[in-house]
Amino acid sequence: MAIRERMSGNEAIAVAMKQINPDVVAAFPITPSTEVPQYFSQFVADGSVNTEFVAVESEHSAMSACVGASAAGARAMTATSANGLALMWEVLYIAAASRLPIVLACVNRTLSGPLNIHNDHSDSMGARDSGWIQMYSENNQEAYDNTLMANRIAEHPEVLLPVMVCQDGFITSHAIENIELLEDDKVTAFVGEYSPEEYLLDKENPIAVGPLDHFTYCFEHKRQQAEAMIQAKKVVLQVSEEFAKLTGRKYSLFEEYKTEDAEVCMVVLNSTAGTAKYVVDQMRAEGKKVGMIKPRLFRPFPVDEITAALSRFKAVAVMDKADSFNAAGGPLFTDVSSAMFAKGVFGPKMINYIYGLGGRDVKATDLELVYNELLKIASTGKVDSVYNYLGVRE
Amino acid sequence: MSCKSCKKDQQEIPVTVNWKEITKGGTISAAGNAHQFKTGDWRSMKPVWLVEKCKQCLLCYPVCPDTSILINEEGKRTDFDYDHCKGCGVCVKVCPFKAIDFVEESK
Repeated sequence: MAIRERMSGNEAIAVAMKQINPDVVAAFPITPSTEVPQYFSQFVADGSVNTEFVAVESEHSAMSACVGASAAGARAMTATSANGLALMWEVLYIAAASRLPIVLACVNRTLSGPLNIHNDHSDSMGARDSGWIQMYSENNQEAYDNTLMANRIAEHPEVLLPVMVCQDGFITSHAIENIELLEDDKVTAFVGEYSPEEYLLDKENPIAVGPLDHFTYCFEHKRQQAEAMIQAKKVVLQVSEEFAKLTGRKYSLFEEYKTEDAEVCMVVLNSTAGTAKYVVDQMRAEGKKVGMIKPRLFRPFPVDEITAALSRFKAVAVMDKADSFNAAGGPLFTDVSSAMFAKGVFGPKMINYIYGLGGRDVKATDLELVYNELLKIASTGKVDSVYNYLGVRE
Repeated sequence: MSCKSCKKDQQEIPVTVNWKEITKGGTISAAGNAHQFKTGDWRSMKPVWLVEKCKQCLLCYPVCPDTSILINEEGKRTDFDYDHCKGCGVCVKVCPFKAIDFVEESK
């Protein structure tokens, strides 16, 4: 029997980490992810995990310690937000290129500046090309479930890439909601022992990790790394299917909400998807054919599946809680629209909204506005403005 | 591959290796591979061992920042390993018998 509990998204992540019982956790506190290592260090102090907890002096050190631990053969985890993630930057790329299956809980927060502690996705979106797998979570339950699956995905021999599990800072990290937890022994069995093929502490088979790699071989390593990302999609689906058998909770590459007969669709990440579901229900009650797609896997980007799903709609709004400052739309929009073009899907009219920056509240009425605009586009076939800002004072 | 000078077996990753066969993340699974990286062509000045002046004091051997002064089984120095000597000239300076000449590298 699953355990009925109530806890915040941060506590959910910390409990998942306790049940995973990794060999090493190296972390540095930063709002709003501070509670993750805070809860976890309590578990260490209580002796309820065997983890070596490294209280490092910065996030650069946290990720470096994770790289060292992972290369040595340990299962390593960490958590961070915003500028903490930014300080990890160069090491993120090294972790991915060295093919180290580290798991990071990213509690999304606005990247300074201006200085702001509230939620948007500018931190993880900046790391989207770092070679990390990125999974997004709507609520505490998804953050917990994604964390339990993350090690399995990361450590799969065809993948061997680090995984970032994202959730919205404060909105879900600090909101206490109901949750279903797995029993400890079931998590232990599901996650399994980490047994890397090669690692530094294997004295019978010594290796060097991270050597100088110039033009003779570097390109081949990059191509191999890209292949791991291509294979990751399949592995995410396999692990999710196994997880569904264990818990009854089904996860795919993205979630579709009331899209079967929808004419228009919103694509939106993390907690705003919860608000969108509420708005879809309200508008459906008025007979409006609206639907929602919530990407779970953002890296690798599920090009084939998402374009196939979106091809059915007359109009699509892609929502970005981060700006790319490229005068061409947010990161999710540019990925979705380029995928549509590459796959020859030209049917739906596509628009982009940048919303909720710096933690600006996103209300149901805001999203209703987006759906009404989509319905207008669907009936007239005309797009007045592709790039839009939602909820900013004009 | 076996190395003539150090007599060690070494893993060689051929330059023709493709991305499917190359080691993951660039790991190296055998020691001593630096030997295969020929750095001798960095050299602009070249030390030349003058056998007739050499007293085999071996003061040159420990100062070489690489391992480019080769020692045989009798414990005597032999000629330079020009595949790896970068021509720093430290051995030339340290030799008390002027038994190492230092000349411009010529192709």
